[in-house]
Amino acid sequence: MGIAVRLSGVSKTFGSFAANSNISLSIEEGTIHALVGENGAGKSTLTKIIYGMHQPTSGEVVIQGKAVRFASPRDAIEAGIGMVHQHFMLVPELSVAENIILGHEHTWLFGSLPLKYAKALILKNSEAYGLAVNPDALVASLSIGEQQRVEILKLLFRKASIMIFDEPTAVLTPSETERLFATLRSLRDKGKTVILITHKLDEVLAVADTVSVMRKGEIVGTVPASSVTKPELARMMVGRSVLLRVINPPASPGETILNINRLRFCTPQSEERLRGLTLHIRAGEIYGIAGVEGNGQNELLQTLWGLAPEGSVISGEATLKGQSIIGKKPAKIALMGVSHTPENRLRHAVILEYTIAENLLFGRHREAAFHKGIGFNSRTIQRFTAEMISDFDIRCTSPERQPLRALSGGNQQKVVLARELNRPGISLLILAQPARGVDIGAIETIHKKIIDARNNGMAILLVSSELEEIIALSTRIGCLYKGSIRHEFSQEEVALKREAEHEFEKEIGLHIT
Amino acid sequence: MNSKNLRILVPLLSLLSALAVSSLIIALAGRDPLMIFQKMLHATLGTSYGFGQVIFRMTTLVLVGLAVAIPFQVRLFNIGAEGQLLMGAFAAAMTGAMLPATLPSLLAISLCTLSAMTAGACWALLAGVLKVRFGVNEVIATIMLNFIAQGITGYLLTWHFAIPSTVHTAKITDNSIIPTFDSATGWLTNSPANLSSLVTVGVALLLWILIFRSRFGYEMRAAGLQPEAARYGGINAKMHTLTSMGIGGAMAGLGAANIVLGYKHYYESGMTGGTGFTGIAVALLAGAHPLWLLLSAFFFGCLEYGGLTVNAWIPKDIFMIIEALTILLVISFSALGKRLQ
Repeated sequence: MGIAVRLSGVSKTFGSFAANSNISLSIEEGTIHALVGENGAGKSTLTKIIYGMHQPTSGEVVIQGKAVRFASPRDAIEAGIGMVHQHFMLVPELSVAENIILGHEHTWLFGSLPLKYAKALILKNSEAYGLAVNPDALVASLSIGEQQRVEILKLLFRKASIMIFDEPTAVLTPSETERLFATLRSLRDKGKTVILITHKLDEVLAVADTVSVMRKGEIVGTVPASSVTKPELARMMVGRSVLLRVINPPASPGETILNINRLRFCTPQSEERLRGLTLHIRAGEIYGIAGVEGNGQNELLQTLWGLAPEGSVISGEATLKGQSIIGKKPAKIALMGVSHTPENRLRHAVILEYTIAENLLFGRHREAAFHKGIGFNSRTIQRFTAEMISDFDIRCTSPERQPLRALSGGNQQKVVLARELNRPGISLLILAQPARGVDIGAIETIHKKIIDARNNGMAILLVSSELEEIIALSTRIGCLYKGSIRHEFSQEEVALKREAEHEFEKEIGLHIT
Repeated sequence: MNSKNLRILVPLLSLLSALAVSSLIIALAGRDPLMIFQKMLHATLGTSYGFGQVIFRMTTLVLVGLAVAIPFQVRLFNIGAEGQLLMGAFAAAMTGAMLPATLPSLLAISLCTLSAMTAGACWALLAGVLKVRFGVNEVIATIMLNFIAQGITGYLLTWHFAIPSTVHTAKITDNSIIPTFDSATGWLTNSPANLSSLVTVGVALLLWILIFRSRFGYEMRAAGLQPEAARYGGINAKMHTLTSMGIGGAMAGLGAANIVLGYKHYYESGMTGGTGFTGIAVALLAGAHPLWLLLSAFFFGCLEYGGLTVNAWIPKDIFMIIEALTILLVISFSALGKRLQ
């Protein structure tokens, strides 16, 4: 087998910042080559160089034996390279087949599209690689997993032989992930080269042949996947030993804080999203909600934070220490002692253009302690900011001037958690996907802080699509399926089953699908 | 290049390129650009009358600039400063004409100014309410409201309030007149520059404090930058849409007071001359920042009055082209600057 991609001495600098420095790497043809590293380690810059979106500052890129210098992705596509982006590049209003031939119509401007030929090819490819999807369906009507299959079919239609996947499992359910891996393997077996970018180490070990680890813009090692373990990879990535699973001492829950009783939620389109959901959370425990996305998590979170869209019908009970939450506005709910870190951090929890200090205040800017005259008390805020930064290990240079945009995902999430965990007088903490898009090193800090908060007597509702995270943190686990808790694992069960994590994951998996 | 340099460089570059293009057009019209610019410079900054004219125009431009800039902080594009200016001007003139002549000056001026600001604010708020209640795009709403304002003021003037065989209303009472610098101190001889210029600088400063130093501004900018996050943070984005439009309209009304109470002393057809639209350019050039606005309004004030003074050499039409091109260049460059950032 030859070498599909060879990089020698490739560097890329942006101003004075070296995103990639002196990278040498050979990717063998017909293998699955994983590229792992924390956010900001330079993975995406490197793949953008291979895909022609960036031009290297120095060094050489050789594709299938030929030295190349791509001016744009167009050149890379010509050379047989394809990429499945994290955010799909599909036109929702067009059909699957139309999307696939888009940009490769091979026809006169007003001629008819070669749809028949395309459909035949799509069917052939979907059979060969396990990519079942209806070529006539509108992309808008497809699930996320199906849309990803369309992206792969697009690459196959363009006869790509080198395929780059950017965090392909971030949006998939566990079973869809399994299915994607099967596809990746069959692509490899048919001689395609797969480059897989990810930060999920379990996946790397499950599917990759070779792993390259990146840290701070450099390749720190390339090893066969069969010869490394997860802790070893983590150490290579972070540069120190990391605790992959937080120490979770037994909890001693107190009085009930949140009581949800037969909660029903009908969207304005009168779809029933919550069907009699019942659960309660006590002080000093973490209640984990396991479930595939779209089973009512969003609606539950919207109800608890007063953000249900206009026209939704909510019935049943949701009380905090006996006071009803339903129908109240976010500011009021916060005042009742609830804190919330939303799932979509960038859109809902921070103002990217605001400084770190201003973001540490966001949503808490109504607290009188920070006020002075009609503005803010800069000295109090300075002190508060410094305290939060050291307490949560937020890596930044100048919190008063740096916009939040300049921080890595992990550090942004630490800012959000620092702010929300320290609200004065809170009794309930709602955490949605607290570790999404966060580095391993930062996850360690974040998980520790969550356990600390629990030990301090806070009631915590944890919603996460990562079963690993649910199992590591939760005191009790509720399996959410089609809008109600289908099964609940008690404190004793969770403590016991946590020891055999993989078995437990499978068992939970049965209750949520 | 860092973003701070860009913030200064982009407006500067846009002005320089506008100068270059203007020179070209003047040369094409058969005049020596250098001579024209020299004359303009002398007429605007070289005499105390000319400088007073610039200050007067600048004052209105700062205020209509604020009318655009404040809603822009919530990412609302107020194209309606012209209509708000018209409504404000008419309200000021009507109030001034109807007040009893014996009312003390301070009270009379305050009442007229207040009615101008209220009229402007209400007119802008209409667009705000349409946006909040029905989701009508504010650009379309404010453009339409411009036409309606033109219609209303035109109708009221022609059919009800114009003094026979003129196109203006009755003069306001003497006590409603804002004194010019000339009458108050003897500065800026004979020019229309009046004491409202001082108020305007104070207002710009206050709005700067409101937007960048107060909790209200913190919420307001957040609602503009990331409306969904604002909702999660318990910020009432609709309220900020309304207040920013209201403040903007009130500023346009204040600009009308400068023209009516400080200079014309009555409402006259066509008296605003599209100043409200120049306000868009003023605000864009200043990056919607209340203090930079002073500088950018000064520049447009020079351009506007300077253009009038060289009428003998350069036809008014040519100067209209130059002014519009300058605005276009400013807008293009600021869009480019944003992309570079």
